[in-house]
Order: sequence, then C-alpha cells, then structure tokens
Amino acid sequence: MATATIADDLRPLHHPKSWIGKYVWSQDHKVIAIQYSLTAIAIGLVALVLSGLMRLQLGFPDTFDFIQPENYLQYVTMHGMIMVVYLLTALLLGGFGNYLIPLMVGARDMVFPFVNMLSYWFYLLAVLVLVASFFVPGGPTGAGWTLYPPQTILEGTPGHQYGIILMLASLAIFVVAFTMGGLNYVTTVLQARTKGMTLMRMPCSVWGIFVASIMGLLAFPALFVACIMMLLDRLVGTSFFMPAIASMGKELGYEGGSPILFQHLFWFFGHPEVYIVALPAFGIVSDLIAVHARKNIFGYRMMVWAIVIIGALSFFVWAHHMYVSGMNPYFGFFFATSTLIIAIPTAIKVYNWLLTLWRGDIHLTVPMLFAIGFLFTFIHGGLSGLFLGNVSVDVPLSDTFFVIGHFHMVMGVSPILVIFGAIYHWYPKITGRMWNDALAKIHFWVTFLGVYAIFLPMHYLGMLGVPRRYFALGETAFIPPSAHLANEWITIAALIVFAAQMLFFWNMTWSLFRGPRADPNPWGAASLEWQTPDTPPGHGNWGPTLPTVYRWAYDYSVPGADRDFTPQTQPPGGAGRYHAT
Amino acid sequence: MAVAVVIALLVLATIAFHMLSPWWMTPIASNWGSIDTALMITLWICAAAFVALNLFLAYSLYRYRARPGHTAHYEPENARLEKRLTLWTGLGIAGMLAPGLIAWNQYVTVPDDASVIEATGQQWQWGFRFPGQDGVLGTAAVAHINADNPFGLNPLDPYGKDDVLVETNELHMPIGKPVKMVLRSKDVLHDFYVPQFRAKMDLVPGIVTYFWVTPTRTGTFEILCAELCGVGHHAMRGTVVVESEADFNRWMGEQMTFGQLLAEAEGDKKVQLAQASAPRAGGR
Repeated sequence: MATATIADDLRPLHHPKSWIGKYVWSQDHKVIAIQYSLTAIAIGLVALVLSGLMRLQLGFPDTFDFIQPENYLQYVTMHGMIMVVYLLTALLLGGFGNYLIPLMVGARDMVFPFVNMLSYWFYLLAVLVLVASFFVPGGPTGAGWTLYPPQTILEGTPGHQYGIILMLASLAIFVVAFTMGGLNYVTTVLQARTKGMTLMRMPCSVWGIFVASIMGLLAFPALFVACIMMLLDRLVGTSFFMPAIASMGKELGYEGGSPILFQHLFWFFGHPEVYIVALPAFGIVSDLIAVHARKNIFGYRMMVWAIVIIGALSFFVWAHHMYVSGMNPYFGFFFATSTLIIAIPTAIKVYNWLLTLWRGDIHLTVPMLFAIGFLFTFIHGGLSGLFLGNVSVDVPLSDTFFVIGHFHMVMGVSPILVIFGAIYHWYPKITGRMWNDALAKIHFWVTFLGVYAIFLPMHYLGMLGVPRRYFALGETAFIPPSAHLANEWITIAALIVFAAQMLFFWNMTWSLFRGPRADPNPWGAASLEWQTPDTPPGHGNWGPTLPTVYRWAYDYSVPGADRDFTPQTQPPGGAGRYHAT
Repeated sequence: MAVAVVIALLVLATIAFHMLSPWWMTPIASNWGSIDTALMITLWICAAAFVALNLFLAYSLYRYRARPGHTAHYEPENARLEKRLTLWTGLGIAGMLAPGLIAWNQYVTVPDDASVIEATGQQWQWGFRFPGQDGVLGTAAVAHINADNPFGLNPLDPYGKDDVLVETNELHMPIGKPVKMVLRSKDVLHDFYVPQFRAKMDLVPGIVTYFWVTPTRTGTFEILCAELCGVGHHAMRGTVVVESEADFNRWMGEQMTFGQLLAEAEGDKKVQLAQASAPRAGGR
C-alpha cells in the first residue's frame, strides 16, 4: 500500500531545458549521483596525496625539509577527515545511494528531487569550506581527525587560529547536506517502490544504503552539536569542553567543561559512522558476489536482518574508542561485551558471502576480483577489530600502529575495494561503455597486494608498541632498526599503490570516450536497474510505464529456467522454481 | 584460478610473516601478564578463523570457477547451517571475551596496599609527585600554578606540604610494589604509556584518572605520550627507572618536598608565598 502512492505518480518530472539545467542544476538523481561521486573522488585525491606525504615522512624521516611537525599533523588530520566523511560517506551514500536507490526499487527519481539537488550543493559548499582552510593563516587544523579538545583550539596545535573554525563549519554544513540526502534515501525506499517491490525483495545494496541512511540521520546530529559547541568554545569563550587549564604557562579563562563529553558526542557519531560506510559496502558486495557467481545470495533474510541488527547495535558500542580515555573504567565491561556481540551478525555476513561462492559458477570478472579482495581484507580487518574491542587487550594496543592497521584494513581498504568493484560493475549502465579489462586487472592486483603489504606489518609494529601520530619515532630503545626499515618498505608499497590508482582514473576517462559500447545488461543481472529501456537510463528512468516486480533480486541459476538469471520483472509461470519472498 | 592460489598463498605468507616478524610485544616488565594472555587467546581464536575462512574462500574459488557445462547450485537458505555457524561464532566470541573481562576486572580493581604516584602532563613534559610522609597527596588546582608552584598545589593545604615533587622527566619506582598511578594534566589530553608495562591511561585536564601497575623487572624504560597533544607530541618523553627498594629510597631522599620548595622560594624573595597566594580550594 505504501508503495503505490508515489510509484504510480505520473506527474511530469521537472524536465531540464538547457545544458546547465541538465548537468549543473540537475534534479535527476543520476546526475546528482555523478556530481557527488566526482566531487568526492576529487577531494579524496587530495587526501590520497596527503597520505603520500605522511608516508614519505614516516619512511624517510629527516629527508624532506618541507615536512615539519606542524604540517605533518595537518596532513594526518585532513587525510583522516576527508577520507572518512567527505570521500567514503559522500561517495557511498551521495554517489551510490543516489544512483542505485531509485533504479533498484523502480522509482522515477528520489521523492524530493529539489532537496536532493540542494543536498549536493551543500556538500560541495562543505568541501569548499574545508579546502579553504588550506589557504588561511596557520593552515588547516592539525588536531587529529578526532578533533579532541582542549588541544584542538589551543596554541601548540597547528591551525588553531582559523583552520579549526573552517573544519567545524564545514562539518556542520556537511551534516546539513547529509540530512537532506538521507531523508530522500529513506523516504524513497519507504514510499517510492514500484508495484511488487516488497521490502524483502529489495537487493542487499538498497538495504545497506537504506539502513546506513537511517543511522546517519540519528548519528550525525551528535557531530553537529559537538561542532557547534566547540565553535562556541573557540569563538565566544563558552566552556562546554574546556575545564580550567593553563596553556603555555598562561591560565586561560575556561572553567568547568568536560573534554570527555566531546569524546562521547564524537564517538556516538563516530562509531555508527564506521557502519554508515560499511553497511552500503556490505550490501553492494553481496550483489556483486551473487551476480558474478551466478548464484542467489545465500541466506538473504539473514543478510537483511544482520544489516538491521548491526545498524541498531552500532549505537551501543561507541565508548570502545574510549577505554583509556579516563571515562569511568566500569563502562569497559558493557562496551566490550556489546562490541564483541556485533561480531556475530558481522560473521554471519561473512559466512553467507563465502557460502554464496560455495557451489557457485564463479566468473572472475573485474568486479568479482574486487569483491574477493574485499572478502580477504575484511576478514583480516574484522578479526583484528576483536583485539581492540576486547577491553583489556585494547589497553596496550590503543593509540599504536595496530589501530592504524586495523581501521585502514576494515574501513579504508575494504570499502574502497567494494567501491572500485561497484564502479567497474555499474560503469556500463552509467556510461553505456565498457572499460579496458587488462588495465582494470592490473589496477586490481597492484592495489590488492599493495594494501596488504602496507597494512599487515602495521599490526606488528603496533604489537611492539610503536605509537601513532608521531612525526618521528626518534631514538627509542624498544623500537629496533628493523622497525624503521619496515616503515621504509611500507612507504614504498604505498607509493606503488598510489601510482596504480592513476591507472584507474586513466581507464575510466579513456573508456568514457573510447570504450566499446556496453550491452544493456552485460552481466546477466536480475535486479531492476539492468532492465531499463535505455542505457544509460533517461530522465525518469523507465519510459512511459513503471516496471512491475514479481520476484526477489537473486533468481540466478534457477533449476528449470531457460537462462541462468531471471529478471525481477519476469512474471512467474513457465519453467523455473519460484522463491517465495 | 590465479586468485584462488594467491588467496591461499596470502594466508601462508601471513602465517610466515607472523613467525618470522622481529616485531612483537616488548618483554613485559609488569604484573599485566593477564593482558598478554587475553591478547594471545584473542590472537589464536582470530588466527584460526582467518586461516579457515580464507582457505575455504580459496577452495571455493578454485573448485567452483566458471567453466563450460558448470552451473551454480540453487539454494536460497539453509537455516540449520546458519544456526550452527552462529552458535560456533558465539562460542568463539565468548572464549576471547571472558579472559578479556577477567583481566579488565583486575585492571579496574586497585589493591588496597598500592602506593600512590601522580604523573602530571603538560605540553610537552612530564612531572611526578609522591604523597610524602603522610601518604596523602595535597589538593592542587590550575589557579595555583605559577613559576614557584609549577604543580599548582594548594599552598594552604597541610597535606601538600610533604608532597615530594619531581620536576624532571625521570621517574623512579620500586620493584614488586603495586602502585596506583594517578594522572593529572595541566593543559591538554596526554597519555601515560610505558610499552613494557602494557598499562596506559589518558591524562585529562579537569579530572584525575588512574591505573595501577606492579613493576616486576628492574631497568630503565621509556615513557611515551600516547594521546595527540600538539606539535611536540612525539617529543614528549620520559623515563621510568625500576629499581630495588633501597635504591628507590635513596633517590627519594634526594628529592625536594613542596614545603622545602616553598621555603626556598620564600627565602629568595623574602615574601611569604603561602599567604600571598589566593586561599583557593579546588580539586587535586
């Protein structure tokens, strides 16, 4: 019933009349998706360059005069914040969310196309404000991506003059943008599904993005208020997060605030944020694996429930980032238990991906290679997370390279591998062209093996006790020369991986103009977005009539069917088993 | 095909890396063996899962690769299998959570006979304070900090007079005695971290945090700051010397108490600092 109202609405869409209306001030979810993605990738490239600079310093200390403790901390901070918020969140939700949701649920567009357009422009504004901080006196903030007060706004921290103000303002604007986008994603999934598209027939990609959007709407407000409160502390002299302190020998005027309050607010956003990135990636990789293994996703209902449960539980684990923060230590018992319980639904997802491959017909296409790369790195990163969630084990490992290794494996590498897989997977639908297969495979192999070479040794440096966020390790007795050598090799691996990404950009750009024409459904996929009348789909997606859905999105290799996939739009009857969903 | 082999090789390479890696936990110098044990149990359970899952992945990729005449099996669900897997995962999780929580219970329970040492952080150096003869640390507050009173002790608090102040970055500790480290920061977040002790905790301005440790091995160890505290973060170093009780007592005898420092300053300036300071209460 809820699906019927808007899906059948044949009001004329706001059709653009000029090039600017079509590609700039566009209300078409597909154009907005591309705007989001290109902006995210552009700012992501900045963060990639910053990580290269950081690695140069760590691998070859005392070599580059232009890298000083101040700008090193600025690289660290901007790299982290850009990658987590402005790249991953924006690309997975703003990019893939926008492109896939309406096409996968059979809608003509988002429910509020104008708000959707505004969402992008606010996002762009947030990015521009952030970039502006590179050009203000004192430069961008170097407070670490977690922006912990009081350090963030005090002397002794790079960017404490203007950089931090721009960072906080940019984050607040980002939250506004996200809220406009997120409301669209949630409402569109709930209200604009086409006839027959029940919730339990939606592809896992939509489920992941849907739950992540709800989580974002609940988690981002905590970041928003934390940013506003810190701005007030910095600009007006309030003391939300500032106790009485003396900085550089001077007593400052603050009194009574709590630095730990900020950490609670930050991680109440920050932990769900991990899953806001992970859940869309989980959903998308489920679809990649099913399509390219020609097999239904194993245990679809469990996969959906696991997404929902992970989403809900992730709001009860934030303080596992704060075991040694000085909060009441008895919280450790609760947060360790809740954190490790999340591992159960997460493990179920891993089992079901593996069991989807089991007895499949695995085509090692480029998207499938990236999905396999994801499985390997996610298993590694997920397991190393159990060390950090297990409260007492976290004590020696927190704030060491182990943490860097873990979260890059689980939150950097694995979602990025999914994003690459997804771009290769949907590229033919988005552009109507195919990419160069050989280049894509080189890109995969160098990236996959390279990132493992970067992040596996970091776990061991962390076990040794090498602290993170150090401009230089210096003369430290317990750190042997071999650890410095490891840092050199990690840097070299990082630079190689960096170079391999240029192959990706070249491939995508070249293929856009020179790539062979793509078949409308080159993978033989069953889900709705591959059944559009045009490729790339036109404005309104479906031509005069909306599609009708008769089955779930995973009817691959159905016994008795004449092909190894049965599109969701194919009515029941004739040969083939019918999976009740 | 190649990818199946590579996944299997990566599993082997990871095991080999683990065995051959020269980077491992520093030899422990404290009572926190239970943390190391919890870590090792976590490692073994996770390693078993890592090897089993990835070898299963590699096998599936090899065995079920696409080839002419091969089709995928159609099996949307297998509730029994999923229940079993959930159960086994739950057991594995419980197996590593339990030792972790047992160790944490020890970590948050300070022994009654623990002595107290205060570590103070400021950008970018350490300071240390012992409670002196009375065994009680005097109160301190930021408002009291000045050149003659860098720790910000309340000059009117009688408990503070005999507190022993160590203004260098070198801390001495007696071996074999439990110590409650109370932590205080004058400016920003810091973290007291000695890798060989395993234990660590943030120093948070405005509150006093703590952890406890019993040094079990003599030697000199580095104190690092493990919480980002500005541009000098990487250079905020200290040393802790764990020594016999006799050596420790000798060292302790050479340190100045707050009362002596005050008297010295008063003598220099010919003023009575204790009365000149604002009579201000406040937390430690």
